[in-house]
Amino acid sequence: MGKIKLKPKARKGVIGIKALIKHPMETGLRKKKGKVVPANHITHMVVSHNGNVVVDADIGSSISKNPYFKFNVAGAKGDTIELKYTDNKGKTGTATAKSK
Amino acid sequence: MKRRLFLKSAMAGSAVATAVGAGLLTPSMAFANTADFKAVSDAAGAASAGAGKGSFKFKAPKIAENGAVVPMTVDASKMSGVTNISFYVTANGTPLAASFNLSGAAAGYVSTRIKMGKTSNVDALVTAGGATTKVSQEVKVTIGGCGG
Repeated sequence: MGKIKLKPKARKGVIGIKALIKHPMETGLRKKKGKVVPANHITHMVVSHNGNVVVDADIGSSISKNPYFKFNVAGAKGDTIELKYTDNKGKTGTATAKSK
Repeated sequence: MKRRLFLKSAMAGSAVATAVGAGLLTPSMAFANTADFKAVSDAAGAASAGAGKGSFKFKAPKIAENGAVVPMTVDASKMSGVTNISFYVTANGTPLAASFNLSGAAAGYVSTRIKMGKTSNVDALVTAGGATTKVSQEVKVTIGGCGG
């Protein structure tokens, strides 16, 4: 768990950030063989660009499993993009990538 | 043998109940969404009710074959000063799917995939310069093949 793919790509002064986080995103409502599968989903995510926060997201359990996000940020090739997330169990994941 | 199984499961059930009672399992762990998120969701619902029609692009499928993965995109790059983009699914237990606070160099563009329990209206909310606007679209979820 906690594997993140982060691919920022700069084009005409805009960086398109594609992020794919490997996470089960259990809602805590689903049952498996009569037992409730405990909730396990991302609650908070922060994306920074060269150290400045650009996206600060509150995420609910109704985002799909292995969530995918795409954002656009003004910037240029070589800028650093960092993604951090926290799930409801307190686990965190981080990924850093240089824009291509 | 069956009786034995029944006893075992009854024991397991009561153990969970005691764990909750003793405060070992906090409600936020046992339930789907935290109270914080619920509050944000309620606020978004209130904002959605009073929001006017937005002049941004909201892309979502008219028919989603699989409710577990419904891709949607909000493109408000033409609007300036976008501070928040939210996805609000009317028929879901907790209607707010996600709320993205944008700042600094971020453009008004978010694309993601959400889960939907059944056919519902999806509202995309964009807050720019303190005013919230929305664009809604009905997404039909057709699990099982025959229309929703």
